[in-house]
Amino acid sequence: MSIVRTEKLGKSYQMGLVQLHALRDFDLTIEPGQYVAIMGPSGSGKSTLLNLLGCLDQPTTGRYFLGDEDVSQMDDDQLSYIRGMKIGFIFQSYNLIAQLNVIENIEVPMFYQGIREKQSLRRARELAELVGLGERLTHRPTELSGGQQQRVAIARALGNDPLLLLADEPTGNLDTQSGTEILHILDLLHQRGKTLIVITHDPQVAARAQRVIHLLDGCIHHEENNGRQT
Amino acid sequence: MNWFRIKSILKLGGKSLWMHRLRSMLTTLGIIFGVCSVVAMLAIGEGASRQAQQQIERLGSTNLIINTVKPPDEQVASGTTSRMNEYGLTYTDAERFYATLPTAQVIVPLRQISQEAWYRNRKLAIEVIGTVPWYPEIASLHILRGRFLTAMDMNYQQAVCVVDRHLAKQLFVFDDPIGQDIKIKGDYYRVVGVVSAAAESAGPADQPVSSSSAAGGVAGRIYIPITTVKIRFGEIKIQMGGSGAQIEKVQLQQITVKVQSSDQVLVTREIISRLLSKFHKKQDYQIVVPLELLREAARTKRIFSIVLGSIAAISLLVGGIGIMNIMLATVNERTREIGIRRALGARKKDIIVQFLSETVLLTLMGGVLGIVLGSIIPYLVTYFGDMPTVITGSSLILAFGISGAIGIAFGLYPAYRAANMDPIESLRHE
Repeated sequence: MSIVRTEKLGKSYQMGLVQLHALRDFDLTIEPGQYVAIMGPSGSGKSTLLNLLGCLDQPTTGRYFLGDEDVSQMDDDQLSYIRGMKIGFIFQSYNLIAQLNVIENIEVPMFYQGIREKQSLRRARELAELVGLGERLTHRPTELSGGQQQRVAIARALGNDPLLLLADEPTGNLDTQSGTEILHILDLLHQRGKTLIVITHDPQVAARAQRVIHLLDGCIHHEENNGRQT
Repeated sequence: MNWFRIKSILKLGGKSLWMHRLRSMLTTLGIIFGVCSVVAMLAIGEGASRQAQQQIERLGSTNLIINTVKPPDEQVASGTTSRMNEYGLTYTDAERFYATLPTAQVIVPLRQISQEAWYRNRKLAIEVIGTVPWYPEIASLHILRGRFLTAMDMNYQQAVCVVDRHLAKQLFVFDDPIGQDIKIKGDYYRVVGVVSAAAESAGPADQPVSSSSAAGGVAGRIYIPITTVKIRFGEIKIQMGGSGAQIEKVQLQQITVKVQSSDQVLVTREIISRLLSKFHKKQDYQIVVPLELLREAARTKRIFSIVLGSIAAISLLVGGIGIMNIMLATVNERTREIGIRRALGARKKDIIVQFLSETVLLTLMGGVLGIVLGSIIPYLVTYFGDMPTVITGSSLILAFGISGAIGIAFGLYPAYRAANMDPIESLRHE
């Protein structure tokens, strides 16, 4: 069973009189444990793809299977469940909730899945340890550096042990050193068998992935394989 | 929805309200005043109706009380021609009531005299009540010891008396009152019974009957057969005033008519009114119908309810709109947070619950403050306005409930707006 399978996925927007095809007949299959980078210039459909893969948006045409479920026909509540349970988001600007401290931020996805307090607290602690923030559990996001915030975001993304980790320019707001640290953590997760999709501009980030998919005008332009050929 | 979720949601709501303390405080002012007036309104209304009920209980809803009233202005004019000022209800009036009122069940004439009572060397200011043996039927009077006056006492003009408990205690102290003799105005009266004190269950004579009963510092009441009073005390009262002596002649201070049911009260009143106006040239009587007191109390209550109710309604409405406004601003400010939460698995329902509980928390806090302030107002009303007020637990619960309901009513729209924001747009929001 593949993690992601899209069949002729398409998304179009009505811009005044013109219909804009952000994504056209997009076919992509990602197997468990793969580390995939998606690259492409602005306007190539990266964001649209991210929103569709992350179940934040519904496709206009085609089908999208996440795991064994067809999510392209789901209603809002079901999509919320899928987002919380099957997908872990890592954003460029971290997107932590300012009022909550580190441990509470990590707990948010678990909270919405109704995980019991004790269990979610224990898991949040483990995850904070995993990303190297075991000492800063009660800090507020504003008291952390960018790199640390992104680590909290990664820990948060892992809360419900999702099928797929979706990272959108995870190092975009970071200096080189913190960026490298974050990429190390992503490598570590890949080694542990996580399936990752990273959307990036940065060839150095993409270089760490097994597959690099280049998008242009809403279609796959070409795909490179680093290391092993698939 | 388990306890942890509720706790987390409330904690979060509290946090974000605390972040904007001043704003939250100002926002809830409308709710505070609204709830305040609700509490005050209910307290005043409850006080008025309790007072009316007490009056009814005391006076009896089937009773009609006809009091002697000193005719106003008449006194000066008549005073110059004759020294004697004769007015008020008479024994003949009572006879006429017996003869003409078909609905009357009991008719109790009453004579009231302020006097001094002696027992050994103790002296007390008391009120002599000359009445009939069936007086207890119209007054909630409990016989504690001995007996009340009897027909024999009345027919033979016996020098016996019944005292109220309060008086007995002051006058006899350690002696057993039954069988003792009290000296009033030179005559001795034997105590045959003790009844509950007038203050505990006041008879109709407690009403402002005449100038004599208005005198303060009366230790208690002594009930004596009316016939005895008639022969021993007479009907003439001499009052030494600054301009000379004033002589008044009053036969009865009060006649109480009890009818069978409360729907006969008004008819009977009409008959009595016509009957009296035929024989009394001066307006020297007043008919008190306890039922009407109740109606009057209801009127007072309604006026207060309308005034305070509209204040409450307006401030709650304005307060609610203010809260909605602030919550819309909050939702707007926290668009990004909403987007994050949606991306992390929050359903629309969860977002609604989050914002709604924040609004309800805000209004409930306003409600609590309003209840505290609103509990002070009735005290001020009682103190300055001389009106009874009663704060009941149920009124507080109602006020609290109203503030919660306002939170839900005015929080729903902002919460709904928050829940229906597009997660992608919200995540992009700066």
